[in-house]
Amino acid sequence: MIKRAVLLVAALALAGCDGGANDEEALDRSAAPSPLRSGLSFLTEDTQALQADAFANPGHLWVDRGRNLFASAKDSSPACSLCHGDDGAQLVGASASYPAWDESSGELLNLEGRINACRQRHQSQPPLDYESEDLLALSAFVGHLSQGTEISVEVAAETQNAYDLGEDYFFTRRGQFNLSCAQCHNDNWGQQLRGDTISQGHGSGFPAYRLEWQTLGSLHRRFQDCDQGVRAEPMEMGSDIYIALEHYLAARASGLEVETPSVRR
Amino acid sequence: MTGIRISVPDTAETGEVIEIRVLIQHPMESGFRRDNRGGLIPRDILTRFECTYSGKAVFVADFHPAIAANPLLSFNTVAAESGTLNFRWIDQNGAVWEDSAEIIVT
Repeated sequence: MIKRAVLLVAALALAGCDGGANDEEALDRSAAPSPLRSGLSFLTEDTQALQADAFANPGHLWVDRGRNLFASAKDSSPACSLCHGDDGAQLVGASASYPAWDESSGELLNLEGRINACRQRHQSQPPLDYESEDLLALSAFVGHLSQGTEISVEVAAETQNAYDLGEDYFFTRRGQFNLSCAQCHNDNWGQQLRGDTISQGHGSGFPAYRLEWQTLGSLHRRFQDCDQGVRAEPMEMGSDIYIALEHYLAARASGLEVETPSVRR
Repeated sequence: MTGIRISVPDTAETGEVIEIRVLIQHPMESGFRRDNRGGLIPRDILTRFECTYSGKAVFVADFHPAIAANPLLSFNTVAAESGTLNFRWIDQNGAVWEDSAEIIVT
């Protein structure tokens, strides 16, 4: 892991030699990777087959659990299915437009935030901890209802600030390795990072079952791994800055299909 | 709430070879890993899986620490008669998880 990053730093340092002193100014921020390629296309055939297998894909353990939670009422509060239909019939395709602006709280919410907001407003339940098994299960279940739907997140007047923040985060060098997200996922996707192929950094498959984790995890946990990978201090899961980054990435990934629950390395 | 997924055909013809697949949610912690403070994470693994078909064992497996989390097993048996397939996982402390499926053989 460390060697791998050092190699990349060395490679980037060499590549940057002829770029002049003002590299960061020169970055073209509008340049999204083209053509857009899901993380799925960078996996081995075996891993792709595991994701495609609706029985063996281990992410479905959480989808199953989420389906049960969705249908079960706690205490005297209504179950999710009371409003959203049996098996979430009315939420098909919904997660493809998240993160989305929430009028009543005046906040940008991602899917996890939306689920917790719903719990507090309509079920009088406390919010679930980020990365708790229950929140992962619910977000995997709701996400999986949109499997195959094209992500369509646009920047609205209310979300412009968050979008800009997220974009800044993506293009800002950070950590002891002094790398930005863009240096890997915009400039060097498809290249080898030792045994790995660098993806374009889309969140279209999350929550995802990561083989490295041996469990299902959220996109924010993935962000933390990336931050740690460049030896930066990771932000908190569910924090405004990660939601802003998620918004930027979702707008950047618009057009790709939702794959939840995906399998990733 | 441990997740278990079972795939058994609902119906089969007598003598047909059927594929059975089972998936269980379990960390399968090997006992060799260390946490971020350097302490050993204690071993926590399933050690045994048994499948019986109308009470007769048709597939058993011993699990060891090198098996990945959420183990998926795939095996075949011959559809002999209508009946119940029973699945049992046993962990290192003797805790048991069970599930079953019915098959109609014509």
